[in-house]
Amino acid sequence: MSGDLYRELRSALLGDEPVVLATVTSVEGAAQGRTALAAKLVVRPDGRCLGTLGDPELDRIATRDALAALDRGVMVTRHYGPHGEARRAEVAVFMEVFAPPARLIVFGAVDFTRALVEVGKVLGFAVTVCDPRPVFATKARFPLADEVVVEWPDRYMDRIGSELGPRDAVCVLTHDTKFDVPAILGTLRTRAGYLGAMGSRRTHERRWLRLVEAGADEAELNERLMSPIGLDIGARTPEETAVAICAEIIAVRTGRADGFVTTLRSAAGAIHRG
Amino acid sequence: MKEVIADIDRWQAAGRRVAVARVIGVEGSGPRDPGATMAVSEDGEVAGSVSGGCVEGAVVVEALAVLESGTPRVCTFGYSDDEAFAVGLTCGGTVHVLVEPLDW
Repeated sequence: MSGDLYRELRSALLGDEPVVLATVTSVEGAAQGRTALAAKLVVRPDGRCLGTLGDPELDRIATRDALAALDRGVMVTRHYGPHGEARRAEVAVFMEVFAPPARLIVFGAVDFTRALVEVGKVLGFAVTVCDPRPVFATKARFPLADEVVVEWPDRYMDRIGSELGPRDAVCVLTHDTKFDVPAILGTLRTRAGYLGAMGSRRTHERRWLRLVEAGADEAELNERLMSPIGLDIGARTPEETAVAICAEIIAVRTGRADGFVTTLRSAAGAIHRG
Repeated sequence: MKEVIADIDRWQAAGRRVAVARVIGVEGSGPRDPGATMAVSEDGEVAGSVSGGCVEGAVVVEALAVLESGTPRVCTFGYSDDEAFAVGLTCGGTVHVLVEPLDW
């Protein structure tokens, strides 16, 4: 019959709580006899764990790496010495990460937003639409959104920004500097892995100046802000644009954005041709 | 893992032992990523999958053997090692699967 470890894992999964199951998948040399194949550690986000890989130091190091894997939302195999030593490989540990869905936050309840919400849901994001204008930000207009919030972007980011991490994406679609600037500045204060802002090249230039006037660091903008948003695939309709944006989110996450595929940010010339 | 919990609950409620098979590594192209999970009851009922259907039959055999012996094992399926592997992935990749009794 199953025991405590499975019970802990099962209850985390059924409650949609983040958890990592670390499992020894190979044991060689000096680690033999101490650590066994399939030895396990169940790690919760607060660092609490259940079980053992066979050595307290190995447990401590593996817990640290399990939490890092959880933060990035990726499954990895890590290698260690018998007591968790780095640059050794007697023990292999598979970190099976059960993370809640990554978040997609869309600022601006505009026409393009509905399509972006839909494509975001297809990709498995938990989607929030945020706009300070109550007439636009309604659940009726964005039925697929997990959450529709009527709030100024900077206040919303002050409230939830600390929850965001490298897997999360923020798209700014208002192309009105009055909303864009606080949304972008608010997002730059978070660890969100993707930040994109919509607009023509002229809008982009004007917005860039406002951001710098408001104190944004240009090197950080160059590093983090994808603007104009999306890959250069000639998208025109809201649906096509949503695909171009989501493809860019994937490319940034996998490290294949600039230099591998053409982003609108790196491309010159007209966004729409012909 | 989550998608097989309901079946595991049902099997365990009926007093049946369960083995769990999880993809722990993929080389080349593989149909399922690490973490893909399949559960097998002692009477051969299956939930979930570890590939696109290419190796599930072999995994059931391994799972029943593991329930018999009580010892976890890592099974490798693919073309890359040698021709002795009777079971391959049509995509040409290699998949490593940890098969173990659910006794933890």
